[in-house]
Amino acid sequence: MPRPGFVLDVDRSTPPILFWAGEGFRLERLPAERSRVIYPPEPLDPLPHPEAAIRHALLNPLGDSKPLPELLFPGMRLTIAFDDISLPLPPMQRPDVRQRVIEAVLDMAAEAGVDDVHLIAALALHRRMTEPELRHAVGDRVYDAFAPTGHLYNMDAEDTDNMAYLGSTEQGEEVEIVRRAAESDLLVYVNINLVAMDGGWKSTATGLASYRSLRHHHNVRTLQHSRSLMDRHKSALHTSNWRMGKVITDAGVKIFQIETTLNTDTFPPPFDFLMKREWEWSAKDRALFLGSSKSLARAPSRLARQIFHSIKAPHAMASVQAGEVDAVHEETIRNVHRQQLVEVEGQTDVLTMGLPYICPYNVNSIMNPILVMCLGLGYFFNLYRNKPLVREGGVLIMSHPTPWEFHPVHHPSYIDFFEQVLAETTDPLRIEAEFEKSYAEDEWYRHLYRTSYAYHGVHPFYMWYWGAHALQHLGRVIIVGGEPRAVRRLGFMAASTMNDALEMASDVVGHSPTITHLHAPPLLLADVQ
Amino acid sequence: MNLKLRKPPFPFSAAPTPATVEPLSGKKHTGIDYETEWARSFPARLARLAVLEGVLRPTMKVIASPDCRGLDRLHDLAGKRRSNEPPQPVIFAANHHSHVDTPLLLSSIPEPWRHRMFVGAAADYFFKTRVTSTASALALNAIPIERTRVSRRSADDAADLIDDGWSMLIYPEGGRSPDGWGQPFRGGAAYLALRCNVPVVPVHLEGTGRIMRKGSKRLTRSATRITFGPPLWPDRDAGDDSRRMAVRIERAVAALADEASTDWYTARLRAHRDATPALSGPDPPSPWRRAWALGDRGPKRRRASKRRWPDLG
Repeated sequence: MPRPGFVLDVDRSTPPILFWAGEGFRLERLPAERSRVIYPPEPLDPLPHPEAAIRHALLNPLGDSKPLPELLFPGMRLTIAFDDISLPLPPMQRPDVRQRVIEAVLDMAAEAGVDDVHLIAALALHRRMTEPELRHAVGDRVYDAFAPTGHLYNMDAEDTDNMAYLGSTEQGEEVEIVRRAAESDLLVYVNINLVAMDGGWKSTATGLASYRSLRHHHNVRTLQHSRSLMDRHKSALHTSNWRMGKVITDAGVKIFQIETTLNTDTFPPPFDFLMKREWEWSAKDRALFLGSSKSLARAPSRLARQIFHSIKAPHAMASVQAGEVDAVHEETIRNVHRQQLVEVEGQTDVLTMGLPYICPYNVNSIMNPILVMCLGLGYFFNLYRNKPLVREGGVLIMSHPTPWEFHPVHHPSYIDFFEQVLAETTDPLRIEAEFEKSYAEDEWYRHLYRTSYAYHGVHPFYMWYWGAHALQHLGRVIIVGGEPRAVRRLGFMAASTMNDALEMASDVVGHSPTITHLHAPPLLLADVQ
Repeated sequence: MNLKLRKPPFPFSAAPTPATVEPLSGKKHTGIDYETEWARSFPARLARLAVLEGVLRPTMKVIASPDCRGLDRLHDLAGKRRSNEPPQPVIFAANHHSHVDTPLLLSSIPEPWRHRMFVGAAADYFFKTRVTSTASALALNAIPIERTRVSRRSADDAADLIDDGWSMLIYPEGGRSPDGWGQPFRGGAAYLALRCNVPVVPVHLEGTGRIMRKGSKRLTRSATRITFGPPLWPDRDAGDDSRRMAVRIERAVAALADEASTDWYTARLRAHRDATPALSGPDPPSPWRRAWALGDRGPKRRRASKRRWPDLG
């Protein structure tokens, strides 16, 4: 029976706590009597028979949807869209859960005699997936059956001929998604809900959308009013997506949504000690920690990155549900909470977190400073329900080396954003007003997005907006171990050690602040009372 | 690369007993009576590990260039290292074209099964003499199976080993294909699956007939493809008996053959229409038409031939 998450009050007997720091980790001793550590729940037991569970979900849909076999008929146009490389994190060991679900759907389609099938990687403005990445996601069998004939492909949100405008919401939000998905007899969306933010109408209205559509919710105002991104009922981003969902439904697009949740079994041996509580480390775990942390600290960053990005998570499917979007998503969120929710009493003055080597946008790539900001302030800060873990005007301390380093193929517009935009201002509202349009409509970035493996020109802006709520809420952000030049460019402060960082925080929160450490990954969701 | 395998002449191998002479009577130690328990002892397993990893695997890599597909289908049977859950013993049931099939499969079946496998081998062929019996037991961990009749001893030995956590490799056709097409599957694998309540993993081998077909004594290098199928669990509630399950296994291997020669979705479309091409080949009995049709099977891979320019002096 997996143990639930809990909050540990730090006293003098508490051992030093593990902090991630990019491609490495460190132990930090937190001040006694005023610090606490939030530990995630242990991984739930996987579904014993995943194939049978998927089949059961397809045959017994939720909401007012019919079972999948009843929606399939010979001569129909079937489109299967699936989440891209940004999920799950780290990428999971084979077989990927998308492969299992897509094979089950296709088997039913084969039984119904469906010939016209397209499979689309729902990228929105993310980079295209490479062949090995697609093979990993959908499996060799599906790839070999559909990719050679051009029926399995990455979507292209800049291919205006193949995008369909479906209408606008009452608030004037335009809805434009991939034409093939919009004009099919049935769109099956295969999702992975790693966190509560994913899934629901966000799958279709964001995953298959173009810049014309995305700009209505991926903007500073919306993201400042998404409190949090992980709580769909209090997130302006999700509310906008749900409005767009209604437009999609009214336009006659028939959707069969399949959502899956994973357990938090994040690191395989020998890195599984990273998921354990420090006082439960065995002699072997301690030796592994010492050996790996010392050798990683001495290894060239390229080698350390290669080691970490080769990690495939032993995630297992914890639930699968299918049918009508809203009904499915409510059940999915219940299952995400079952795995990740931890009750936390009250807010804190200082929130600390160790940022790992990976975020949704640097799989097989480099975690550049903008992504460090996005992971810390956009994702980890938002891992709450009700109230942020840190009080308004409090301090966020993150540990990450934050190197001034960019992947030239994946993140070309990030380089210019860092050099040009952030050198001018870090104010999200000013950035949005003065710079966004020129990057979004830049022909060179468009070309790289469409033909290379580059994120869209506007993507670094969205990363910055993702942290807009945290920037508005926090009094100061400090990065421990960060490269000072890069950290200053982000508008934050760099500290060499945790003690220095706490000293620097004292200007804002006094000399005896309360401290909370988010012990993630594995991921958790703090339910702040 | 061509290798010629010939039985060494007498006195380097035993002389056959003349047909007109009564063979010496006494307790037989070969054939179905051959005891193979010693082949599961620790020293024998160690020796087999060395032979498999040091000789068979590299040799197969050079001769057969195996392309393994569908290994992900075995994921849920592999057990959990973290919770010390042992791997599920399984019966690998494959079509059979060549003597190369067994070493190729033994070196291609993944861990955790590879080093805890035994092979059901024809008692009248592999266990004919003491030398071949010892070699088969040591190198392949083979146990003798009678293919001409149902033998209680063969079944008991195999079932005991499966219950003990060993996995089995068996060729339900009962022998190598005489013409490149499959033969009807017998019920042995299905019987053992039902008796021990273990899954059967259908396996399709493509290309081993080109390396060494039945009757050939030469080895010819050729690419091979091994396709592992989804495990088939015995389902008594659905009326599974040995005969029905043998049919299911044969259909599953035929679907894998279709998958290997077309693609997965086309194979599924045909399987659901009951239009999967049979392993036994087309109906017309004339040998040349069967041989002709055989040319359409298998992936269209051609090794680029080395261009030879005439020597103009």
